[in-house]
Amino acid sequence: MHKLLASIKKEIILLMRDWGGLGILFLMPSILLVTITLIQESTFQVVGEDVMPVVLVDDDQGDIGKTIQENIAKSGAIEIVTEWKNRPIDEKLARQLVSEGKYQIALVIPEGLSNKLDDRINTNVEKILKQFSMEESDSAKENISSITKDEISKIKIFFDPAAGSTFRNSVKNNIEKMLSKVETQKIYTIFEDQMGIRTDKNLLEGNAIEFDEIIAQKGEDGILPNAVQHNVPAWILFGIFFIVVPLGINIVKEKNLGTFIRIRTSPVSYATIISGKIITYLIICLIQFALMLLIARFVFPLLGLIPFKPGSHLFEMLIVVIFSAFAAIGLGILIGTVCKTQEQSAPFGAIFTIILAALGGIWVPVFVMPEVMQKLSVISPMNWGISAFYDIILRNGNLGDISKELLLLILFFAVTFLLSLWINKRNNLI
Amino acid sequence: MVRDFNLKIDRGEIFGLLGPNGAGKTTLISMMCGLLTPTSGEIRISGIRFDSKRTEILKKIGVVPQEYALYPTLTAFENLEYFGSLYNLHGKDLKNRIEKGLEKVNLLDYQNRRIKDFSGGMKRRINLLTGILHKPEILFLDEPTVGVDIQSKDVIINILKGLNKQGTTIIYTSHHLSEAQHFCTQITIIDRGKILMEGTSDELIHSVQGANNLEEVFLELTGNQVRNDA
Repeated sequence: MHKLLASIKKEIILLMRDWGGLGILFLMPSILLVTITLIQESTFQVVGEDVMPVVLVDDDQGDIGKTIQENIAKSGAIEIVTEWKNRPIDEKLARQLVSEGKYQIALVIPEGLSNKLDDRINTNVEKILKQFSMEESDSAKENISSITKDEISKIKIFFDPAAGSTFRNSVKNNIEKMLSKVETQKIYTIFEDQMGIRTDKNLLEGNAIEFDEIIAQKGEDGILPNAVQHNVPAWILFGIFFIVVPLGINIVKEKNLGTFIRIRTSPVSYATIISGKIITYLIICLIQFALMLLIARFVFPLLGLIPFKPGSHLFEMLIVVIFSAFAAIGLGILIGTVCKTQEQSAPFGAIFTIILAALGGIWVPVFVMPEVMQKLSVISPMNWGISAFYDIILRNGNLGDISKELLLLILFFAVTFLLSLWINKRNNLI
Repeated sequence: MVRDFNLKIDRGEIFGLLGPNGAGKTTLISMMCGLLTPTSGEIRISGIRFDSKRTEILKKIGVVPQEYALYPTLTAFENLEYFGSLYNLHGKDLKNRIEKGLEKVNLLDYQNRRIKDFSGGMKRRINLLTGILHKPEILFLDEPTVGVDIQSKDVIINILKGLNKQGTTIIYTSHHLSEAQHFCTQITIIDRGKILMEGTSDELIHSVQGANNLEEVFLELTGNQVRNDA
């Protein structure tokens, strides 16, 4: 016991005097947690909450342009821009402004769109009414227009090349929704005109079919998912797994300094020495966890972010942290055992952790990954950790629900640790 | 590689293991202190086989490697405290041993300074002190005076002589042949894993015709050719 305590004390002093290592262990995950959450939050706001300027070139000057402008004004999320430096924007200038990144989107409504759309809808309404024999007019027959869908000029949407596909699709969907509403309103109006009736103006307000958004959680006291609830556990895990870098360096340094020779010729077991490292790095992971929780709870609100509250799940989260820490420690020991120099272990540990994080769904959620990557993600211990966190925090699960993930994490530790033992034995180092 | 090797070192000796580069000195010392396992044959220390009671033997021996086997970011005291605790030393006893040892190697005033700030000679002295803090019965030293100034060398040799007087058996390798000639009570010269000659330094010098010192004996036995072996 005395030897174990001495080993832990030594490891802690070594870490305390390694500023670079401390930065990797505490500063880097904290900065990542704050910056990534802020970035994701602001990206979300660009698409959903902040007012976004959109260039509108209305060559039609008819009902469609007017309705689009009215709808946009109602939404409050988009600001219409029609002039650039006190000069009206035409299609060419709109394209140029977007391509230069001055604006992200420009909408060009072609000339005569409203009239052509009116003609087409009129024709179709007349056809329908005729089929129902509600109208028997020769003039209607004569007026049946041959305007087809293809002949109606298309609305052009220019996108900034730097805008991501998710953003483009989101904007496109909103505009499509708006146009569909305009078209429906027109159909109703023309029907009313043709039939000579007037209906309630509020008839078209809102959707006929609406949906209720329900988060499918167990029990009642679950936390509503948001960027913070996703990012906090993700970056806690990333920080935990980044200990492979200082731990790997620690083991390699010990081998190269000759101190390992002194230890091997001392009456102390390898189990005591390695336990000293395991316990020290486990303590580090727990401190990291506490630090990240404190940042998420108290610093986030100061930055305008939603504070993270673990609610009644703190104990379960602690268990996931301990099991994930074991997996990370096992990997760190293996990397330190396999690598011969610090130049090998430091970049290898860092890059390997980033790959595991990407694969495990830390950067991008697994469900948006391609199918092949989704299948591969299950081999990353960070995926097991993040799944366990989500089960607890977002799905309101209990320890029983995450037993599979916990088992995988501890098995990962056992495999990496035994592999390190085998390599050390084979190299006559223990 | 070491083969067909029989060596017996008596208790209380200062045993010098000499040989050119690649002779097998480090391999032999590594086997004697348990770092390497012989592919055949056996090593007994105080009659105990290494493979049967490893921990028992490790308690009896001390090792001073050629490298500075110390943590550079720990202070001299912290290094000594950690390695001393591996021999179950703790509390006041450990503190007293460290302070007495530091006084002996003239580094008491530097006990709270980190090893990375020490000179080569200071590191060498702490390296030695770390290996003898637990008062081993047998002390293995691999080139303990390499790269140090005369003053540090004297301190090291005097400490070793003192330890030997108290009963510690010293097994030592060196390239400083004049140092070995005056320091060792028993010498074995080896090359390419085999014993070439053994005896006291006087016996070795007299056994080679025309030799006046150990260096001449050494050159006669191992040749003048430069060795490129590691």
